[in-house]
Amino acid sequence: MPKRTPFFERLAPYNEPQVWDHWVGYLSAPRYQYSAITEYYAIRDGAGVFDTSPLFKYRISGSGAGKFLDQMMVRSMSTMPVGKGRYTCWCNSEGFVVEDGVVLRVAHDEYLIATAQPNLRYLRRLSPGRNVSVEDVSESYGMLALQGPHSISVLRELTSDLEDLGYFGVTNVVLGDIPVTISRTGFTGDLGYEIWVEHATAEALFDLLFSAGMGYNIKPVGEVALSMARIEAGLLLIDVDFQSARFAWVDAQRETPVELGWGWMVDLDRDFIGRDAIAAEDAGGTTRWQTVGLTVDWHDYERLHEGLGLVAPKEGVLTQDTMSVYRRDGTYAGYATSFVFSSLLKRHIAIAKLPLDLTAAGSQVELELVPIHRPENVSATVVDMPFYAPAHKLGPVGRPSTAPAMTEQ
Amino acid sequence: MTDQYDAIVVGGGHNGLVNAAYLAKAGLRTLVLERRSLVGGAAITEELVPGFQFTTFSYALSLIRPDIVHDLALTDHGMKVLPLPHTLQVGRDGDYLVLGSDTYENFHEIARHSIEDAEAYLDFTHMTERLCHAMKPLMDMVPPNSVSDHPDDLAAMARLQEYLAGLDEDLQELLEVIWTGSVTEILDRYFENELLKSLLASSSIIGSKVGPRSPGSALVWLYHIIGEYDGTFGEWGFHKGGNGGFSRVLARAAESWGATIRTSAPVTEVIVNDGAAVGVRLEGGEELAAPIVVSALDPRRTFTELVDPSFLPDDLTAAITSMKFQGTAAKVNFALDGLPPIPGLEGRPEVFEGFTNIGPSIDYLETAFADCEAGRFSRRPFLDVCVQSTLDPDMAPPGKHVMSCFVMYAPYHLKLADGTEADWDAEREQLGDTVQETLEEFFPGFGKLVIHREIVTPLDIERTVGLTEGNIFAGELFAPQMFFNRPAPGWNQYRTPIEGYYQCGSGTHPGGCVIGGPGKLAAGQIVADRQMAVG
Repeated sequence: MPKRTPFFERLAPYNEPQVWDHWVGYLSAPRYQYSAITEYYAIRDGAGVFDTSPLFKYRISGSGAGKFLDQMMVRSMSTMPVGKGRYTCWCNSEGFVVEDGVVLRVAHDEYLIATAQPNLRYLRRLSPGRNVSVEDVSESYGMLALQGPHSISVLRELTSDLEDLGYFGVTNVVLGDIPVTISRTGFTGDLGYEIWVEHATAEALFDLLFSAGMGYNIKPVGEVALSMARIEAGLLLIDVDFQSARFAWVDAQRETPVELGWGWMVDLDRDFIGRDAIAAEDAGGTTRWQTVGLTVDWHDYERLHEGLGLVAPKEGVLTQDTMSVYRRDGTYAGYATSFVFSSLLKRHIAIAKLPLDLTAAGSQVELELVPIHRPENVSATVVDMPFYAPAHKLGPVGRPSTAPAMTEQ
Repeated sequence: MTDQYDAIVVGGGHNGLVNAAYLAKAGLRTLVLERRSLVGGAAITEELVPGFQFTTFSYALSLIRPDIVHDLALTDHGMKVLPLPHTLQVGRDGDYLVLGSDTYENFHEIARHSIEDAEAYLDFTHMTERLCHAMKPLMDMVPPNSVSDHPDDLAAMARLQEYLAGLDEDLQELLEVIWTGSVTEILDRYFENELLKSLLASSSIIGSKVGPRSPGSALVWLYHIIGEYDGTFGEWGFHKGGNGGFSRVLARAAESWGATIRTSAPVTEVIVNDGAAVGVRLEGGEELAAPIVVSALDPRRTFTELVDPSFLPDDLTAAITSMKFQGTAAKVNFALDGLPPIPGLEGRPEVFEGFTNIGPSIDYLETAFADCEAGRFSRRPFLDVCVQSTLDPDMAPPGKHVMSCFVMYAPYHLKLADGTEADWDAEREQLGDTVQETLEEFFPGFGKLVIHREIVTPLDIERTVGLTEGNIFAGELFAPQMFFNRPAPGWNQYRTPIEGYYQCGSGTHPGGCVIGGPGKLAAGQIVADRQMAVG
């Protein structure tokens, strides 16, 4: 029987279609409304709330915690100031990615991390006797992602302590009378916050947020709307855009940080698990492909469907499965892993793995679709990700303008 | 005068901006001259009360041609359209109908009223989607010249006839009804329930002097469902910041392609020399030269005010003189202290996120129309209610709302009881009161929520926006004024009898609404003519 998150009782009444997905054993809503598009626009224009409680949550503490994480993670964690978070991945010793996640430094010797797969044993086996304590706090906390340009407006109704919280900052605040840990992070590419709250006060926090958010179009958002947003943001999803090296069968299923577009995380002057393999990959030029963005040619997409007598499908187009990508001469090139119609950008976009000679922005490829039973190709162009990166994601949150409708994006 | 510009666009409404953007993109030094202090024409947003953004005139978006969005890179300039999740038809005594995006949710919602209608709605939806798909190419083409015997024009006519003859037979039969008939002729084939029929019929009367049973209402209906949201026909959205937000997007796009926009620059005439446009004269006497002048104004102003009609052939002036404008729409917009209550839908504020129609039966709509025919504004008007602040939180302060009410009918030529012409300025508050009383009837307690009320009469539309007789489409969407005939037979391809003088307003094909088609198609003609002239 699937488990329920601390917010389930509050979220269930919002679930109009009453369909629940199973996410690592928890009930999780694909959508709360019949069409995910209004939820998507809550993320992009108002305030969307996604229940991320099913994530596995760990507290890593002790005088050796920083050093341990430095050894484990591709990015250094001990050099990060208290009150900051870093997005990183970690690898196995062959230099293949195991997982990714945000590590938050909440105190000098205390870090928090939420992961997609169970990692207690994994973390403990990597940290014997190093003055490190790894604690599984998955069941102790509920976690909500409050995302969207008005996420700050909602929080501002409850506290004035978040004005200076910068991108990837983390802090402890009290909302109402509920203590929470809040980071300016998320999986949407928009302004957003992730809130850790103790299980016992989770429902009270939910009520507080939704009453504070009433004037800001606050809405619960499901997995579909989140995926639409995260693809636009160029954020990779485990088991969709990559697999954990830990549970893969063969190296063809495994990927290196460089192949996933995470080469920017890697500092080869540092020692960490997988460092030597990645250095060898770098030196030997053995990188097999790279992860890139694709934008589908709008006119070609219309032409293809009109030619078949169809209306070109847009709203609701979301594929998180393999689609083949070809060179312009028709030979096989690689594959897309995520494909979506971006309502905001008014175009179809994809995340794809392509051989190195095709990864430069502007490279021309063909994406395989199946409009009526048989495959047909549509023209696409390689672009740099993210597809969408609004200035308000990174910038100071500031005060709302007196004439909001006049403000530029 | 020196030729600082290749093209001058008269009027900074949305079609003028689209036209200028395309011309600038094609490399023409383009200047837009707008009479008012802000661009957008009828697509503007104004903060009438601090914190409350009013969509004074135009208030929703659907027909904007999708290729324009791409050609002009509008999303790069902040285009953001928030989709309406559903439409609410408010009935009497707690009755209502909410139609959204889920096929079988809609089925069961309609089945509460009629199980056969619920099933018929599946057939009806499939039919309308096929119909819109079939007609869409006509929206995006320059219509053939139907009175020319030039071989190219004859060939274009033949191609069009061939296309239409190739459509499925049921669609061809339906199109005959649509061209000349009423929407009820179509709806009666499918449905029996009044609430559902009146919901669907509301698209057939918008901005037009027709009732749902009048010939011509079917074409108005088709026009309002042929727009799309992300590939779904008949779906609408609110642009961020109202339709004025969209006008600002178009202005930024036009400027980014190199066009110059000058506001508070009223053009009094197009200067014609030897049968060719050479520039414009502004109020105050300033003259600006350009070999191409494009009027984004309506046909009456394009052909009888900006130029001396004596330059024009008699058949054109006759067609423009007899063209029907006869505005019948008004707006009453509110700032509200909270969401109004709807009997039967208490505790469901989200129902206000879409269109809310007041006009619960075909008879209600016909009674409203009968008032219009008698020269009165409707004593119980049809209202298309939009509370944009439910979807766009920046339209009103938190917890407060703006409500746009589109009102049918309010005839431009208003008559007093004795049959003499009435003065709209004297009747304005009574129109506001009538609308408010109607809202009170359907949303008991509405009046207590009103913070501010803005009343926009057809005369206001004419005076402020410059649309003749306040017709929101720059000319009625009736078959004799559409396609081959918009605005006049033989002059439906954006050119005029004056060399270098073009037209790109909603009085040209495809027509009204925030659609951009006229601006885009006119630019195509201008650029093609210029290339021809250069050789």
